[in-house]
Amino acid sequence: MTPLLEVDGLVKHFTVTKGFPRPVTTTVRAVDGVSFSVRRGEAYGLVGESGCGKSTVARAVLRLIEPDAGTVRFDGADVRAARGEALARLRQRMQIIFQDPYSSLNPRQTIGQALTEPMRVHRLASGRAARDRAAALLDEVGMPPSALDRYPHEFSGGQRQRIGIARALTVEPELLIADEPVSALDVSVQAQVLLLLRDLQKRRNLAFVFVSHDLGVVRWFCDRVAVMYLGRIVEEGEVSAVFTEPLHPYARMLRDASPVPDPVGRGALPRIVGEIPSAANPPSGCHFHPRCPHVQDACRAAYPSWRRRGERGAACVLV
Amino acid sequence: MTTRAAAPAFMPVAPLRRAVARFLANPTTGIGIILCVLIALSAILAPWLSPHDPIEQDVIAQLSPPSARHPLGTDYFGRDVLSRILWGGRISLIVSLSAIAAAIVIGGAIGMISGYVGGRFDTFVMQVMDVLLSFPSLILGLVVVALLGPDLVNLVVAIGLTAIAPFARIARAPVLALKQRAFVEAGRALGYSHARILFVHILPNILSEVLVMGSLWMATAVRTEASLSFIGLGVKPPTPTWGGMMRDGFENILDAPWLAIFPGIAILLLVLGLNMVGDGLRDATDPKLRAE
Repeated sequence: MTPLLEVDGLVKHFTVTKGFPRPVTTTVRAVDGVSFSVRRGEAYGLVGESGCGKSTVARAVLRLIEPDAGTVRFDGADVRAARGEALARLRQRMQIIFQDPYSSLNPRQTIGQALTEPMRVHRLASGRAARDRAAALLDEVGMPPSALDRYPHEFSGGQRQRIGIARALTVEPELLIADEPVSALDVSVQAQVLLLLRDLQKRRNLAFVFVSHDLGVVRWFCDRVAVMYLGRIVEEGEVSAVFTEPLHPYARMLRDASPVPDPVGRGALPRIVGEIPSAANPPSGCHFHPRCPHVQDACRAAYPSWRRRGERGAACVLV
Repeated sequence: MTTRAAAPAFMPVAPLRRAVARFLANPTTGIGIILCVLIALSAILAPWLSPHDPIEQDVIAQLSPPSARHPLGTDYFGRDVLSRILWGGRISLIVSLSAIAAAIVIGGAIGMISGYVGGRFDTFVMQVMDVLLSFPSLILGLVVVALLGPDLVNLVVAIGLTAIAPFARIARAPVLALKQRAFVEAGRALGYSHARILFVHILPNILSEVLVMGSLWMATAVRTEASLSFIGLGVKPPTPTWGGMMRDGFENILDAPWLAIFPGIAILLLVLGLNMVGDGLRDATDPKLRAE
């Protein structure tokens, strides 16, 4: 079976020109050759520290940011080559939900307008029918139909996030890109929204690209996960495998730094050495070598090749 | 509508409604509104309110001081000053209203599109606007009227042109902030056109700021119109305009001071009223107060 989403060699560099009288151009390699694929109905996690390029990947897949190189295929169709009508149809099949529920809704639109507008634009429904569909979607995300005539500022962060999810569902997508969907919410509300997303995934057979820095959330929600470091995927595999026995030293470090809710299971936390280097000036060879406890000469010389081990893989000489 | 009637407990309380309430609660704003409404009404109703024809000359009553027959006196040609002020208000209001309306539409569109497109296009457009801004508005108006000739339409063009650049700047700034918000990105992901995002989603969010500046700039436009008329580049005589009346009155400032003083007071009251309304609008739509 062909994967629903296939990303191959995705590259996005940002250039910044600054300075006077002699401007200096810096290139930030936000995404530097990222490849992965997502199957229908599968939840695929992208984890990493802030600045590792995971949100850029999410946006580049939808072409909210134009990638510089690489291919993105959705159900076999080339997303990067799509124009006009074809792009609109592709975007209808994949949608995004955002981190900040306070900026994701237009403050001057009622919830009803926000939910019926996509239906009108894509000619899915209009008038009474659109309103009924909007009410049904609100019900599906656990909101009352009375919300239709109200404005975003009347709702809490969690409620707004539900409305944002409902809006993404208006066009009946097959893939949802969730960019840190719960990290701006209170922990109690996080759980509710995650349960809602899980519920929608099962009911609608939705595939997810789930971007998060919270390993606990990814462990619970996702089937497979990719660990990103400075614009590249350093390890990929089944969530349980990656988090119980990480192959890459960076993945292990992330795993160890993530809190364990059981005091008995808590070991001595290994200290994380150093800071994440700037993506504008990544270290030579393996980007992780200045922080790696197992660094070898080979790591400084060249970026390690991708090594497979069954269903998983990592870019490290130790594998 | 039916759902609203069925659930009156969930009536939306829009931010707009709170802003309107706050706007009306301010006493200064009230005075401003009353001033503007009175002046607008007196201008609209000039044909019925004026005791005399504004251009009819009464040679016997030249330069007569305020009296029962001529409440604000007469000018050098024996024309009734009160009637001329009432009729002159029409010119002031029509010129400033249409000039500012044109500036809001043209300048606002330029600023919104420039900010939304961004990049080099934005830099270029804003530099052109900066060049326009660098001319004092009176000088720019003077050049335009001098080139095109003094008449009502050219006056509107001249004053409108001076206000385009400020409105482009005012419209652009919030667009820069808004286009970073997730709802704009969501719109693109949902397949909305750029025009839809710009006019359906961004425009309603910047409209209040632009309209507030509009009311403040109305006052500036009234002054510019009066200044241009004062230096003889306004609407041609004998049509009465406030600035033109002040200029004519200046020639007799010592023996008939009412000729310059009364149109001056009219300009003062209108500018004051417009500024009060503008300040009230600005306070009422202040985002810092709105986010309560």
